[in-house]
Amino acid sequence: MGRIGTIARRTFLVGSAALLGGVAFGYYKYKQPVDNPLDDDLAQGEAALTPYVLINADGVTLITPRADKGQGAYSVQAALIAEELDVELDQIKVDPGPPSAAYWNTAIADEGVPFPSTDRGMAAETMRGFMGAVIKLMGMQITGGSTTVPDGFEKLRVAGAVARETLKAAAAEASGLSVTQLKTERGAVVLPDGKRIPYEALAQKAAEIEPVTDVTLRPSTQWRLVGKPMQRVDMVAKSTGTQAYGIDLRMEGMVHAAVRVNPRKGGGMISFDASAVDGMRGVQKVIPVTGGVGVVADNTWRAFQAVDAIDVEWGAAPYPAEQDEHWQALADTIDAGDVDATPRDDGDVDGISATVEAEFRAPYLAHAPLEPMNATVLVTDSRVDVWTGNQIPRMTQASVAKMTGMELDDVHVHILMMGGSFGHRLEDEVVKRAAEMAMAMKGTPVKLTYKREEDTAQDFTRPIALMRGRGAVTDGKVTAMDIQVAAPSIMDSQMAERQGFPVPGPDTTITQGLWDQPYAIPNYRVTGFRAPKLGPVSSWRSVGASQNGFFHENFLNALIHEAGADPVEERLRLMTDDPSRKTLEAVAEMSGWGGELAANKARGVAFCLSFGTPCAQVIEITNGEDGIKLDKVWVAAEVGKVVDPVNFENLVAGGVIWGLGHAINSQITYADGMAEQENFWDFEGLRNYQTPEIIVRGMENRGYVTGVGEPPVPPAAPALAEAIFRATGERPTEMPFGNAFTFV
Amino acid sequence: MKLTVNGVAHDVDVEEDMPLLWVLRDELKLDGPKYGCGVAACGACTVHVDGVAVRSCQTMVGDVDGPVTTIEGLGNPDEMHAVQAAWLKHQVAQCGYCQGGQMMQAADLLANNPSPTDTDIDDAMSGNLCRCGTYPRIRDAVKSAAETLKVS
Repeated sequence: MGRIGTIARRTFLVGSAALLGGVAFGYYKYKQPVDNPLDDDLAQGEAALTPYVLINADGVTLITPRADKGQGAYSVQAALIAEELDVELDQIKVDPGPPSAAYWNTAIADEGVPFPSTDRGMAAETMRGFMGAVIKLMGMQITGGSTTVPDGFEKLRVAGAVARETLKAAAAEASGLSVTQLKTERGAVVLPDGKRIPYEALAQKAAEIEPVTDVTLRPSTQWRLVGKPMQRVDMVAKSTGTQAYGIDLRMEGMVHAAVRVNPRKGGGMISFDASAVDGMRGVQKVIPVTGGVGVVADNTWRAFQAVDAIDVEWGAAPYPAEQDEHWQALADTIDAGDVDATPRDDGDVDGISATVEAEFRAPYLAHAPLEPMNATVLVTDSRVDVWTGNQIPRMTQASVAKMTGMELDDVHVHILMMGGSFGHRLEDEVVKRAAEMAMAMKGTPVKLTYKREEDTAQDFTRPIALMRGRGAVTDGKVTAMDIQVAAPSIMDSQMAERQGFPVPGPDTTITQGLWDQPYAIPNYRVTGFRAPKLGPVSSWRSVGASQNGFFHENFLNALIHEAGADPVEERLRLMTDDPSRKTLEAVAEMSGWGGELAANKARGVAFCLSFGTPCAQVIEITNGEDGIKLDKVWVAAEVGKVVDPVNFENLVAGGVIWGLGHAINSQITYADGMAEQENFWDFEGLRNYQTPEIIVRGMENRGYVTGVGEPPVPPAAPALAEAIFRATGERPTEMPFGNAFTFV
Repeated sequence: MKLTVNGVAHDVDVEEDMPLLWVLRDELKLDGPKYGCGVAACGACTVHVDGVAVRSCQTMVGDVDGPVTTIEGLGNPDEMHAVQAAWLKHQVAQCGYCQGGQMMQAADLLANNPSPTDTDIDDAMSGNLCRCGTYPRIRDAVKSAAETLKVS
C-alpha cells in the first residue's frame, strides 16, 4: 500500500481538471467499455468496427477525433490507423467524429502529474495510468498539449488492427478459407488466388460478427507509413484555396451575425442605443447577448457595419484597468509570500549567498489565429446544431445544452477545419454568443463571425508572469538557482470560471517548464505564486512553458556567464537525462557550436523540456547598424518517433517562428480596462522578412513517443536573449525584446 | 453593377463601398479569399484585379475597374497553376488559411519578376501574414515555382 497510497494522496495536490469527482467510482467504470458513438447513426450495410473506423459502400472513413488546427492532426491520426488497417492515405476520408466519451484523451493529464516527464519509473507511470483512467471516465475529448500523437500512437494502430482482423474474419467466413490464408493490402482482403475483396464489400458481414480484439501490433521494422514522408490528407485542398473552414460554412437560409461584447472583458453592458441601425440595408435584427449586443444581417460586412454603429455604454472592468497595476499585483503576490507550490526544492537554497539576481517579465499575448472566431448555430424545437472549429467539443456541447435548455443528446456539435488556434479554440465564447442569437432566430442558421478587432479585444490571453531569480556559481560551475514566478492562474480563469471545472490543488501551469528541467543543480528551487484574478487568461501555445522557458534559460545563461563557463558544456555537465543531453549535443554539432564568428555576429543557446519533449536551439544573429537580424536557427527535438518527417519539420520550424515572433514583437497591454492592441498592425508575430533560416532535426533516442506542436516554442526566446547579450552586452529582461532592442 | 470574376460576368446589387472581399464571399459564394483582418494587414484576402495583387478587404467594389481573379481562378486541384503545384510539392500549408492569399501574392511577384532574389521575395511577401510560421517553405515554393515557370 505504502507507495501507492502516498501517490493517491498526492493526486489531490495535482492541478488537473481530471481529478474532480472521478475517484470514488472511477475504477469500476473505467473497466467498462465505452459505447461506440458511431453505432447510433449506422445505416444498413455500414460497419463501425471501432470508434475510429467506419466502412460503408462509399469507402473507408477514419475518425480522427483530435481536431485539426493546422498541425496535421487529421493526417497523423489517419496514418496511424491506416498503418495497421492496410489502406493508403489516398483511399480514405477523414472525419473528426461526434463529441463522445470514447474519444477521451489520456495524454492530456501527463503534464499534471507530479513527476518529471523523463521519469518513467513505476510510481510515475502508475500515476499517469491513474490520471488517464480518470480522464477516460470523464471523457475528456480535448485537443491540446501536444498530445495527439502520444495519446494515439498505440490506440489508433490497435483500432486499425482490430478493424483489419475483423474484416479478415468476415472474409474467411464468406470464402470458407482460414484467416491465416488471407492477406490485406490497399483496402482489400486478398485471397490465396490473388482475388481481392474490397473492405467495402465486407462491411455488412463484418458488422454481424464479433470484432476480433486479440491483435498484435506490427513491429516498427514492418511499418509502411509511420516514419516515412507523407503527403498530408489536406494538402491538395490547402494548396489550391479549396479547403473549407468554419468561416466558410454556408447553409440554406443562413444569416450572418456580428457582435460587440464589452472590451473590458466580463464588465457587462449598461445600455445600448441601436437607433442608428434602423434602415441600414440588409439588417434583420438587433439581439442583446451576454455582455454586449449583436446584429443579424444578410451579409457579414453589413452585420459588421451595423454592430459598429450601435452606441453602447460599457461597464467597468472586473480587474485592474491599467497595465501597471497588473504588474504590481504580481510583485505584491510574491512579496506577500502567497506560495501556490514549491514543486522543486533540492539542496539548501536559503543557505547560499546569491551572486546573481534578476527579474524578468513576460507580457499578456493574444492567440490571434488568422481565421477569426466563428460559429454557426441552428436552434429548433427539437435540437441544436453547432458547427465550429473547436478543441473542446464535449464541453461546448454541455454549455450549449445548459444555455438552450436542451438535453445533451439533442445538442450536436460538428467540428470543422480550423484556420489556426494556438489555444484560442480551447475557449467557446463565440459559440455561446452565436447560440444566444440563434435562440432569438429559431429555425434560422446563424453564422457569427468576429471582426478581427473583436477577436483581439475578447481574447483570453496568455497570463503575464514575473520571475525573480537568485543564484550562485562556484569554481566555474552553477551551484544554486532559486526561481520564484508569479502569474494569474489559467486553471482558475479557464477551467473554474468559464468551464465550471474547479481544479483543486496548485495550478501546475504556473511552474510548467520550470520545475522539471533535467538539471542536477545542487541547490535548486522553483516556487510558484498564484496571483489574484487579473485579466481573463487561457492556454497559449506551450502554455506555462512559453514564459517559463524564457525565465529559466535566460537566468541559467546569466549564471553560466557569471561562472565563465560555456553554455552548452555547462548544461551537458548538469543534465541528468540522456535523451535531453543528446538533443543538446545535436544542436551543438549541427551549428558547429564554439567555432569562430564574424565580429558583428553572435550566437545563443537554450533548452527546454516541455510536454515530455526535450528541445534545444541555437540561434545566430547579426548586430548590424540598423538593428539585430535573425540569421539562422538550429533546432533538435526528441520525440521518440517522428511519425511524418515532412510535417514534423514544418511544425518545428513554425514553433520556432512562433516563439521568436512573439518574443521580439508582441504584447497585449491594458489601458482603461481594454487591450490596447487591435489588429495585426500592432500585434503580428513574425513576418517573412524577419524569419531566419531554420534547420530541424528529429531525435529518436527513447522508447516512448511525445508530441511536437508546443515544445519548439519555449527555447526560442531565451536562445535569442543569450545571442543578444553576447552581441550587445545587455541581457534582455522582458518580452517583447522589441521594447528595448531594434530588429530588422 | 458589373463584375467579372474568374472569367464569369456577374451583375451584383450591392453598395459601392462594400469591400470586394465581402462581395466575393457573401454574394458570389467564392470562399477562396479569406477574411483575416479587414485592414489590409494580413493579406489573406489577396486577389488579382486586372492582373495585379490587391487586398480585397480594402478595395471598394465600386472602385474595381478590371477583371478579378481569385485563388479559385488561378488553378484548381485538377489543373494547378505552377505556384499551387509548388505549394503542394513543398507541403507549405499548416492551417492553410493564409495560403490562398500567399499564392496570389506569389503569382503576382513571379509575373513581374521571373527570378526573384531572397530580398525580392521578402519584400513582396512580407505583407502576407502566416501565424503558423510557414515562411521558410513559402520561400522555397516561390523559388520552385519560378523554375517551373521559366521552363514552361
